[in-house]
Amino acid sequence: MKHNKKKSWYLMKIVIYVVCISLVVLSILPFWIMFMNATRGTFEIQQSAISLLPSKFLMSNLEVFTGKSFNPLKGFINSMIISVGVTACTVYFSSLTAYALVVYDWRFRQPFFTFIMAIMMIPAQVTSIGFYQFIYNIHMTNNFLPLILPAIAAPASVFFMRQYLLATLSIDIVNSGRIDGAGEIKIYNRIIVPMMKPAIATQAIFAFVGSWNNLFMPLILLTDSDKYTMPIMVSLLRGDIYKTELGSVYLGLALTVLPLFVVYFLLSKYIIAGVALGGVKE
Amino acid sequence: MRHKGVSYAKYGYIFCIPFVVAFLIFSLYPMIYTTIIGFTDLKGMGKTDFSFLENPFKNFELILNNPSFQKSLKNTALIWIANFIPQILLALLLTAWFTNHRQKIKGQGLFKVLFYMPNIITAATIAILFNSLFGYPKGPINDLFMMLGLTDEPVNFLIHKGTARGIVAFIQFWMWYGYTMIVLISGVLGINPELFEASEIDGASSIKTFFYITLPNLRTILVYTMITSMIGGLQMFDIPKLFLLGGPDNATLTTSVFIQNQAFSGSYMYNRAAAASMIMFVIIAILSAIVFYIMRDKYAIEQKKIEKKRMKAYKKAQKSARMVA
Repeated sequence: MKHNKKKSWYLMKIVIYVVCISLVVLSILPFWIMFMNATRGTFEIQQSAISLLPSKFLMSNLEVFTGKSFNPLKGFINSMIISVGVTACTVYFSSLTAYALVVYDWRFRQPFFTFIMAIMMIPAQVTSIGFYQFIYNIHMTNNFLPLILPAIAAPASVFFMRQYLLATLSIDIVNSGRIDGAGEIKIYNRIIVPMMKPAIATQAIFAFVGSWNNLFMPLILLTDSDKYTMPIMVSLLRGDIYKTELGSVYLGLALTVLPLFVVYFLLSKYIIAGVALGGVKE
Repeated sequence: MRHKGVSYAKYGYIFCIPFVVAFLIFSLYPMIYTTIIGFTDLKGMGKTDFSFLENPFKNFELILNNPSFQKSLKNTALIWIANFIPQILLALLLTAWFTNHRQKIKGQGLFKVLFYMPNIITAATIAILFNSLFGYPKGPINDLFMMLGLTDEPVNFLIHKGTARGIVAFIQFWMWYGYTMIVLISGVLGINPELFEASEIDGASSIKTFFYITLPNLRTILVYTMITSMIGGLQMFDIPKLFLLGGPDNATLTTSVFIQNQAFSGSYMYNRAAAASMIMFVIIAILSAIVFYIMRDKYAIEQKKIEKKRMKAYKKAQKSARMVA
């Protein structure tokens, strides 16, 4: 009886590992094929589309790729500017709002928090027509500010920061700052922000990745090719001019995800912990 | 929390100003503007002047009767169901395995990292990558299928409605099951461990423990996951837009893609797109109202607990004032 049970555990374990390893392959394989094909010539890909080993056409693919009015460096810089701006706005102002919700006792504190929870789910898509018309009217299309500034009001991030503050902040710290004669804003900047580093780091990662991957809004607002972000450039790879250049399409895709892979594998521990805390919504 | 003497309440208002101003300008104003546009004749590239329609609900009627819009709602629902059911089942299965008390699975950390990985990769890239992977007559998937002997000749997956929709659903599934799994695992870790100990003492099997203890305690999180996933599903844009541009024969046209097509291509019908946005908004508002009520109760309880603990900590000792609630 006992022996049998042990045997069935053992079988179960084999099943679990087989399933998990298959899922790992499923996660990795598409990207592996992508990276390998980025180094292979178009004729090679046409002969056999899967190769687990790289070839030697990386440079010629790069030449084709950059030769077609496509400036990945420019896209990278544009995406970087927007994402860094969005990240800074999100973490600074979300923690500020959360701080106001936790530390100060003001009349509309609870209604305001209820309001933040109520607007948490409204996606940018449903307001996009009015948003576009508004930005068009003030001649701010092809400007990065309309993509960055809305991040000041990030309800999901406020929610997360509030939970963090409730669990970690002691009012004594704030009071000791007051006794030392520091102003409220100074207390926030000098004492609270450093204290919130773990929560800020988590939210920063998600804000950055979310903004980096965003296609919808930039696609609507940015029409000047000098302002294109990485995802818009990726969407151009679908165009007919690349239909015959398979190697360079794969290379273009690989270039856009490379920074994400680096960020992800450096910070995966924090990202997984952040997801587990419900720090993300999308 | 209350401070005697000086009142600091005004800082509560001051610190919320940036949030409120940004919300008013970039969310509320556009939302009202969108609603208004829905009742007007605003169309044409670069147009900004408009007048109200004689029949104010004309755009809404036209959109609701538009076969493409109806189809887009149907597609969105179909793709969502085809992605969510396998996603939640797999996530639950993995959760059950990874949280089993008697049998620790090694390498969990690595599995989590790799299962979640597709979620952070740019959806636009993934859409085009899959478009290339399913290439016809020569493409990695076709090569793989023929190598494994699953098909004798290349299949053109992308021209069949069913397979095209299936692939979009698969991509969504593939991008999101890791996320759902992590959320569910953290939900299980939040369940009172005494419950598991008690069931172990009672001699319940792992399967019984899962169905009688784990699942009922995960109910709130399951509902939350389902509804947020529904809202996310309604916003599905990058993948259907770039994978097959909504085709073949509108089979992968989702609501978001429909709205974007109406407003920013063809005859630039901002008014119709605005009306469609408002319909979508109503659906999302209903769904998020449900989430809101579920979460409100949950957090109200949690908050009380936290506050209680804080009070205790204050009284006990100054040293432990930093105690984590």
